Amino acid sequence: MSAPGTPAAGGYRRERQAYLRGFVLAALLTAVPFIMEGTGGSSRTTLLWVIGGFGITQILVHVRYFLHVDLSPERREELALLVFSAALLALMIAGMLWILYNMYVRMM
Amino acid sequence: MNAPAPALGLTMSVEPQHAHEARSASALSGFWLFMMSDLILFGLVFATYVTMLMPASFALGPGPKAIFELPGAALETAVLLTSTFTFAMASLAIKYERGRREVVAWLLVTLALGLTFLSLEVSEFARMLAAGDRPQRSGFLSAFFGLVPLHGLHVFAGSVWLVLMLIEIARSGLSDSVRSRLARLALFWHFLDLIWVGIFSVVYLGGRA
Repeated sequence: MSAPGTPAAGGYRRERQAYLRGFVLAALLTAVPFIMEGTGGSSRTTLLWVIGGFGITQILVHVRYFLHVDLSPERREELALLVFSAALLALMIAGMLWILYNMYVRMM
Repeated sequence: MNAPAPALGLTMSVEPQHAHEARSASALSGFWLFMMSDLILFGLVFATYVTMLMPASFALGPGPKAIFELPGAALETAVLLTSTFTFAMASLAIKYERGRREVVAWLLVTLALGLTFLSLEVSEFARMLAAGDRPQRSGFLSAFFGLVPLHGLHVFAGSVWLVLMLIEIARSGLSDSVRSRLARLALFWHFLDLIWVGIFSVVYLGGRA
């Protein structure tokens, strides 16, 4: 147990603040698309753009605040791993959707 | 031995690295590799789900608008997001030596939230099955029951792991082994919440839009 005022206690407060910030940001980024969808009134296109944009932003918030991966040199390995996996995934998903959508259009 | 490196993020101690911490750090890197392969798995199941969103894949059965309810999804999301925050508090309590009682309290809250999430999900599936919306009903429903319960299964595995950690804490306190394992479980738990962001965006919100 560290006494208040020591460097460790300052570190604890700072890290707790960071987690709180991440939590509040994630909650806001979740609430907005849910509320927009729940109240209706926006067009389908607007809604899909908002859901996509807020979703991707929230994933970045989780990576930054909960998985602790940022642009600092100490986190370069995890960042490289994440970016590489995301790139692979993007190739596979985009390729799969492209091919299957083409087949769908040709068969209908 | 390398120069002592400052411990950042999800390490469970602010002290410079010792041999056991170096081992723990390398185990954490290995766990990152596992998570990224798991991410690829989830990504492809997501892609399969998206290909099943064409009306032809509903096979005259229900589509996303007919079966997904917004309040249920919102509640599940809130519970899981809160559990990721409470786990983060448990990690901090270990890292800053705030005592076993506080660590166990946060872990118990996290476990309770995880189990709440699972029971909400199971009751949602039960409602769908009772209405005849079974996986074999259509390609769309197969894809849904492939994706969302896969995440649920991960949360279940995480909860079992959490129970095992609580038992280990009760038996041997906050040992080095407990710290190292909890760091990996924390990573896993946060990762599952990240996957859930994809699920509520693509399946629930995107499906009802």
